Amino acid sequence: MKFAVLVFPGTNGHLDMYHAVKDKLGEEVEFVQHDTKNLDEYEAILIPGGSSYGDYLRAGAIARQTPIMKEVARVAKEGKPILGIGNGFQILLEAGLLPGAMLQNKSLKFTCQTVQIVVHNNDTIFSRQYTNGEVIDLPIAHSVGNYYCDEKTLQELKNNNQIVFTYNGTNPNGSIENIAGITNKQGNVLGIMPHPERAVDKRLGSNDGLKLFKSIVQQWREANAVKA
Amino acid sequence: MYKVKIYVTLKNSVIDPQGSAAKQTLETMGYKEIEELRIGKYIEITIDESVKNVDEMVNEFCHKLLVNPVVENYRYEIEAGVKQ
Repeated sequence: MKFAVLVFPGTNGHLDMYHAVKDKLGEEVEFVQHDTKNLDEYEAILIPGGSSYGDYLRAGAIARQTPIMKEVARVAKEGKPILGIGNGFQILLEAGLLPGAMLQNKSLKFTCQTVQIVVHNNDTIFSRQYTNGEVIDLPIAHSVGNYYCDEKTLQELKNNNQIVFTYNGTNPNGSIENIAGITNKQGNVLGIMPHPERAVDKRLGSNDGLKLFKSIVQQWREANAVKA
Repeated sequence: MYKVKIYVTLKNSVIDPQGSAAKQTLETMGYKEIEELRIGKYIEITIDESVKNVDEMVNEFCHKLLVNPVVENYRYEIEAGVKQ
């Protein structure tokens, strides 16, 4: 399976993402620059964290206008798995590929710590290797992670089981309903604020993020076995 | 040329922690009468006079880039005949 890791000026989570896919999953992975116009050769698109374009104007607002994000919107419609982490989540929100918006943390502070995350819905291509209600440890590192949406959108997220990950106990940023990660209605686009790609080795604290990436590979293998 | 002044504000339904912090500070400074304080953005743009429909253009780029309509509102003023 071939993964693309998107790189914008200011992105800094791409190396961790690359390492997770290459060394921990043993799958193919390439960096793809922001001005690339075609993503056909990749089977999954990863949008890493960092501060693309220095978070100018709003986090993710400039990155969403790049040629590659037009292409991401196109392949998202085709049903290709798209995973946005941290700033990647913010870009997907700004691009309208996920509902809602990201606001500054309620504390007004940058927060960097390991938090407990509850797997709220394991019936997605990103979470199928977890069990529902499973509590996992993932690091967070953000100052704009306060997820917001209006009442109507929140109800839709609930009705369609789009809330995949929530914060357990203390809410680190003020996000609505403790939301840490959501999918689109079709279920092929996931945005998550914590960093699963930084939790892929027990020696470095946790490998609880690994199952997220393994879920994507498992889904792809099964789909392609059927085709063959 | 045209001078466009754009005011971007957070929607009323959105909590503004920065505004609350500034308000609290003003209160501790002795300004007890302040009821509400919300922080927004001010953007100033100059546009070539040859543009036919400035309103349309401003609304278009506000929606596409300058404003996130999920959490923000905006209003703008256009001054025509501004000299550089």
